[in-house]
Amino acid sequence: MQSFEYANPATLKEAFAALGSSWEDAAVLAGGTDLLSIMKDYVQSPKRVVNIKGIKELGGISRKGGSMRIGATTTLDELTSNAAIRSSYPGLVQAAMGVTSPQLRNMGTVAGDLCQRPRCWYFRRGFGLLAKGPNGEALVPTGENKFHAIFSNGPAYFVSASTLGPALVALGASVTIASASGNRSVSVEKFFVAPTGDGQREIDLKPNEIVTEILIPVPATKNATYEVRQRELVDWPLSAASVALRMNGNTVTSASIALGHVAPTIWRATQAEKMLVGKTITAETADAAGEAAVANATPLSGNKYKVQLTKVAVKRALLAAAGIKA
Amino acid sequence: MPEYKWPPMNKRKIMGQRLSRLDGPVKSAGRAKYPSDLNPQGLLQAAMLTAPYAHAKIKSIDTAAAKALPGVTAIRLFDKVAPGFEVQWAGQELALVSATSEEVARDAIRAIKIDWEILPHVVKDENLAKVGTRAKAAGEKVTGDPDKAYGEADVKLDSEYGIPVITHCCLEPHGQVIAWKGGDQIDYWPSTQAVSTVAGQLASLIGVPAGNINVTCDYMGGGFGSKFPPDPWGAESARLSKESGGRPVKFFLDRATELTIAGIRPSHFAKIKIGAKKDGTITSWMSDSWSSGGAGGGPATPIPYVFANIPNARINHASVSLNSGPQRAWRAPNHPQASFLTCSALTDLAAKLSMDPLALFMKNANLTLREATYTDQLKKAAELIDWKNKYHAPGEGKGSIRRGVGIGVATWGGGGHASKCKVILHPDGTVEVELGSQDLGTGNRTCISMVAAESLGLPMSAIKVKIGKNSYPASGPSGGSTTIGGVSTSTRKASLNALEKLFEKVAPALGTTADQLEAVDSRIQVKGNPNKAMSWKQAAQKMGPSPIEEMGENVPAQAAREGLNTLGAAGVQMAEVEVDTETGIVKMRKMVAVQDCGLVVNPKTAESQVFGACIMSICSALYEERVIDQVTGRVLNPDMEFYKLAGLPDIGEIVVHMDIQEVHDKRGVIGLGEPCAIGGTAAIANAVFNALGVRVPMVPVTADRVLNALGNKRYA
Repeated sequence: MQSFEYANPATLKEAFAALGSSWEDAAVLAGGTDLLSIMKDYVQSPKRVVNIKGIKELGGISRKGGSMRIGATTTLDELTSNAAIRSSYPGLVQAAMGVTSPQLRNMGTVAGDLCQRPRCWYFRRGFGLLAKGPNGEALVPTGENKFHAIFSNGPAYFVSASTLGPALVALGASVTIASASGNRSVSVEKFFVAPTGDGQREIDLKPNEIVTEILIPVPATKNATYEVRQRELVDWPLSAASVALRMNGNTVTSASIALGHVAPTIWRATQAEKMLVGKTITAETADAAGEAAVANATPLSGNKYKVQLTKVAVKRALLAAAGIKA
Repeated sequence: MPEYKWPPMNKRKIMGQRLSRLDGPVKSAGRAKYPSDLNPQGLLQAAMLTAPYAHAKIKSIDTAAAKALPGVTAIRLFDKVAPGFEVQWAGQELALVSATSEEVARDAIRAIKIDWEILPHVVKDENLAKVGTRAKAAGEKVTGDPDKAYGEADVKLDSEYGIPVITHCCLEPHGQVIAWKGGDQIDYWPSTQAVSTVAGQLASLIGVPAGNINVTCDYMGGGFGSKFPPDPWGAESARLSKESGGRPVKFFLDRATELTIAGIRPSHFAKIKIGAKKDGTITSWMSDSWSSGGAGGGPATPIPYVFANIPNARINHASVSLNSGPQRAWRAPNHPQASFLTCSALTDLAAKLSMDPLALFMKNANLTLREATYTDQLKKAAELIDWKNKYHAPGEGKGSIRRGVGIGVATWGGGGHASKCKVILHPDGTVEVELGSQDLGTGNRTCISMVAAESLGLPMSAIKVKIGKNSYPASGPSGGSTTIGGVSTSTRKASLNALEKLFEKVAPALGTTADQLEAVDSRIQVKGNPNKAMSWKQAAQKMGPSPIEEMGENVPAQAAREGLNTLGAAGVQMAEVEVDTETGIVKMRKMVAVQDCGLVVNPKTAESQVFGACIMSICSALYEERVIDQVTGRVLNPDMEFYKLAGLPDIGEIVVHMDIQEVHDKRGVIGLGEPCAIGGTAAIANAVFNALGVRVPMVPVTADRVLNALGNKRYA
């Protein structure tokens, strides 16, 4: 790990002063579950590390207008223990519990989950986010891609590592981003971006900005998350689906379906969402929605199986949201 | 000369008891100091530069910038590393740097500039047709007339299976702390499986008399066959210490390097044809196998495994050299792979015969070297897993979640290695037992204590066991499951030799001769007469001022005659799995291991060995696989994230049945570490076949492989 300065601001203002204009200048530290390992591997070597855990206003879970506000430095453990979150957003709690390591849930934060870097093994071994070989060739399409994207035409083939992302997108959440020049709000869905060139990041965040909170609309939905994971021990999902359904009796009035670990962003299954409107959730409609969700998948040489997993994840998430046993 | 033979089973007081390991409390509390925990005064840290390419030639190398960094004390290039040198695998050792901190050492290796000429590499071996000249035929072995027998067979199997490279993944990585002090005296704390032999090997690497090297390894965090030699980085760490004025240097591999170059288990693949009669009698075997263990090629595949005496057989093998990290012995070298290949083929043959594979294995038990033992063990394992109720025709069942059961078998040697032990009886009544042996976490220390206590008629608390130093009498490296046989025999003999000397001192006071005495319950008494006795303490006082020091030795060539240890262990494992046919995810339900290993010194630590072996089998059956990139030649998963091991929630129920009975006990002590780590992978793979009715030909049985094997087959 390259030597670095350490800043421990008590206020956002102090934090902004410690950040820089490029990613090499400074990195934000919250739980540190990703940043420390990526620094140890020299994949990222910031000159300064800015710990935001001492900034009180970044914590806490509370009602804010028509939304539930989750402070950026709320840990996954605090999130899953919160009664209001548990009762309204089971899909979010299920996603967080998918991080099956209590240690990671104790340290990892909600904003950190959204901002963590992809786990692509080419990226983590120093071949860059777009994973290029010695002659600039794309390594993923013909290489070891069994954990890579099934919804991408390149040049990015990694999958978003965010665990909470699918649930937050399905729930229609937004993030508040602050900098010295003020606040801006962006939907969680738009927060994730697929880079198209070298040097671009996978999230809509600038080096001088900090995610301060996540806002989830309060109106009730039936929501659930289903992850397909190889191990029960802490493991990255092979595919994940989160759904949020607005219902009129047993009839779906609107559906929101977000997929994780299948694209460089959180992937919205819009065709599946549309076909569910006016339907009742049954094994058959859930299965058909799963089919629709993967209809446009473009799997790589070694990850066709993820298409099937994603279809199943959508089906099982829908059945769970509707309270139907698979 | 004392009568060394083991007391009869029913007369033993300590051996055979289920005792917890002596070092459990210090290990659990974190007080046990492993070599990687040691930080002696003046410590320097080292870091290693390794090759970034799988096959490349060094054009130039410049260490000036690294040398100039403040805090760097010395830089060593590994043997032959110079312009013109060709690396043969990514991760190959290039340079080692010592510095005042690990951070400085790491910065320094990054400051070494190397200009490379990149050369073509081959890193994949699943497809033999694609490795070209890297495959070398190992010669054909023919028995009987395999073509005729196969041609005439009622039922024919023609299939292909593979098991990829996995790594040792030691929890404590390879490395050492070492100090090359004045007068060429060397203090050496390696994480090693070979306390008594590693100094001699290091001595020949660095040109220092072996006697000058003091080895200490009280505890070590896993080796599995990969931690015998001092390794090039051990020798260079020593030289760094010398060049740094004798300050101790600490160097342990980082996780990525540990998984890339510190030992792999070779891959094995095979195309197998078997011919059988309608009743299940196997009449012919033909196999074309290939394997790779890195640049040096691959070992022979020992198939047909266990069922070796098939009357008509043709066996061909090719050794494939790859530009990847080198093989090292991995807990039962080549046996788990051979068991998987053979038992998968036998199970598929049973399906072709519409026969229960258990019946097929039993029917052909005469093809093994121990027909009665395997037959008994198959029956016992079947009973423990409830085969009768759990087995169904392959793929039969309802719903998307399917269960199945499968079988794997094992064989191993496990005779005791050469071992010397010194037992010291002190005049104050205390007892020390010294061996240059090592405890890999197996319970060796505890078993030595049990044997000494049993032999001396003392409680274990009265005996101090001293191992882990090469200043103690030489005992063999812990490889081949040879330790327990070696150390139990040498400890038994040394204990009885010492006791005989004590009897000679005590006999006059008890009015008898030494040969009429026995040691029982901390007393020395006339055989069978507790009234003519004295306490151990009183007896010890009779020896005068000098302690009694006696040696005992296990000489492998004599072991069979003496009967204290022998070789030949058999085992059967069965597994029950649950497969989600929609996702291809396999979950363990249960695993059963039936294992004989002769006389079992401590059933509890023995079972613990088998539990660990079952977990390793689950890992290699369902999770473990080194992933290497064709274009870059780099290992992509040298971490604990995508190099997957099972966690507690992934292992299901494990039932261990040590086959402890008079008939096995009479054979003497036999090693256990390896035989129990063989059959599990086959059992799990076969259970998946039983669940699905479709063979997943490659392990680990991951979701992608299951769904590919199922193709369009759907279950409901």
